[in-house]
Amino acid sequence: MAAPHRQSRLSNALFAAPYLVVFIALLVVPLIWGIYLSLQKADLFGLYGFTGWTNYARVLNDALFWQSVRNTLLFVVVTVPILVGIGLFLGLALNARTGGAAFMRGVYFSSTVLSVTIVTLIWRFVFIPGDGLLSLAFQAMGWQPIGFLSTEGWSLFSVGVATVWWCIGLPMILILAALQQIPGDLYEAAALDNASRWRTFTRVTLPQIRGTLILVATIQIVMQFQLFGQAQLMTNGGPNGTSRPMVLYIYRAAFENWDVGQGAAASELLFLIILVAAMGQYWVTSRGPRT
Amino acid sequence: MSATTPIQHGHSRTLFWIAVAVSVLMFAPMAWVLVLSFTDNEALSRGTEAAFTGPYTLKNYTDIAGNSGVFRWFVNSLIVGAGQTAGVLVLSSLAGYAFGRLEWPGRKVIFVIVLFGLAVPEQAVIIPRHQIFSTLDLHNTYIGLMLPGMSLPFGVFLMTQFFRAIPPEIDEAALLDNATRWRIFWKVLLPLTLPAQATLGIFTFLFAWNDYWWPLISATDKDMYTLTIGIASSQVNFAQTEGLGFLAAQAVFAALPVLIVYIIFQKHVVTAVSGGAVK
Repeated sequence: MAAPHRQSRLSNALFAAPYLVVFIALLVVPLIWGIYLSLQKADLFGLYGFTGWTNYARVLNDALFWQSVRNTLLFVVVTVPILVGIGLFLGLALNARTGGAAFMRGVYFSSTVLSVTIVTLIWRFVFIPGDGLLSLAFQAMGWQPIGFLSTEGWSLFSVGVATVWWCIGLPMILILAALQQIPGDLYEAAALDNASRWRTFTRVTLPQIRGTLILVATIQIVMQFQLFGQAQLMTNGGPNGTSRPMVLYIYRAAFENWDVGQGAAASELLFLIILVAAMGQYWVTSRGPRT
Repeated sequence: MSATTPIQHGHSRTLFWIAVAVSVLMFAPMAWVLVLSFTDNEALSRGTEAAFTGPYTLKNYTDIAGNSGVFRWFVNSLIVGAGQTAGVLVLSSLAGYAFGRLEWPGRKVIFVIVLFGLAVPEQAVIIPRHQIFSTLDLHNTYIGLMLPGMSLPFGVFLMTQFFRAIPPEIDEAALLDNATRWRIFWKVLLPLTLPAQATLGIFTFLFAWNDYWWPLISATDKDMYTLTIGIASSQVNFAQTEGLGFLAAQAVFAALPVLIVYIIFQKHVVTAVSGGAVK
């Protein structure tokens, strides 16, 4: 098929070799090594022999682990639809070639380029009791202030608010890109049929960006399952572990309690949950009518 | 024509103005921290209402200059960001050429395996990585901070797409002249990928600058903190901190470089995040 000068040659692979070495050393090997570790009795200094499923049994019998699983699931189930919903709203609202729309896109994406430590610092200045922006606002309104970061129920909520604020840029940009790919004749045809704005939205726009909406949801599920920095820095998982996500559980096990085997086992379980959730979501949403 | 016109279709002014109104929620927290950073620390310690009344000062910023910690972390972040970006650009360009432009046995299978790497979450590899770097004594070194980011497949994926998009006629002549693969890569194709290099480079730099988990566990020596980790360590004892104004100034100081890079190179950043997913 290929012209003679585009022949397949092993020497051509040399160009990929430097990357492949790094890829294997720092991604493939750690991935496999992690599975191996999860079956070992291990701390940060060494391995003390094969223990079979012991680490997994310890994790699965740990009430704190299940609490972190519940927290993470709740967090994903609430934040992902909100992120997709607001992303869709912003996509529709800012899909115009005006300076104002471009400026607003810039504003809504700006938080995404900040690091998690800046984002959490900003939101702590909003949430801290007494001195926080919300606290001042509550006082001004004569309301009872809330200890957002230290009250059960509110702490995970606060982490969620900061997360949505931080992550909204990506769904918006992806949905905007999809909206701009919709052929204009579809809208012209809808206009000729005198279709209402809502009808045009449900019959033309939504079916056309369906694939992107699924992709955005999948990306967000994978990302939000990995919630870590926001929870660690804003609430440190508290109070009573009610805002501790799975990654923070793993971090505690491996890098604070030095129980590497248990941390590795919990990592593999989270990896499995993410795979199942992402594939399940994809399977559910990609069935049904296609246009 | 039809590729550009749809932008206006189905667009509603009402939605736009709602989005403008809601953007207050994006602005307000940032504006609050900005105002705090210019407010006198002494006054803030009596209550943050002082942010609305003053006195205002630049002292919180001049204190950063006097605080060698913050400045050193800033330089560390620059070094790690620049090094990681250079590494990603070199590795991804070479690999992008090999995957997108050349034929070799196993190319397709290996490319699919690399793409699977996109789906591996950090927590699945970070514990073994930490052990590998301990064994090699690479913790608390710049190389140790740069290396893990170079293994991410995103850059290879992006560069492969760019190399593939170059029309075949471009290197046809050179191939017929029997120029070496390296010469074609270096003289003919690489110059054409410069816009892509810029996109990937800016994206990688932001990614490295903002990275949290890996430097958190690898750079345990205070002198090797990146700015991200340094700021995290400052906010751990939020209540007993040297002063809310100083802390706010640190946040602004750390956010400014990325915001400036973002404002200047907005198009590249947006291309990078959407280019990988939407074609």
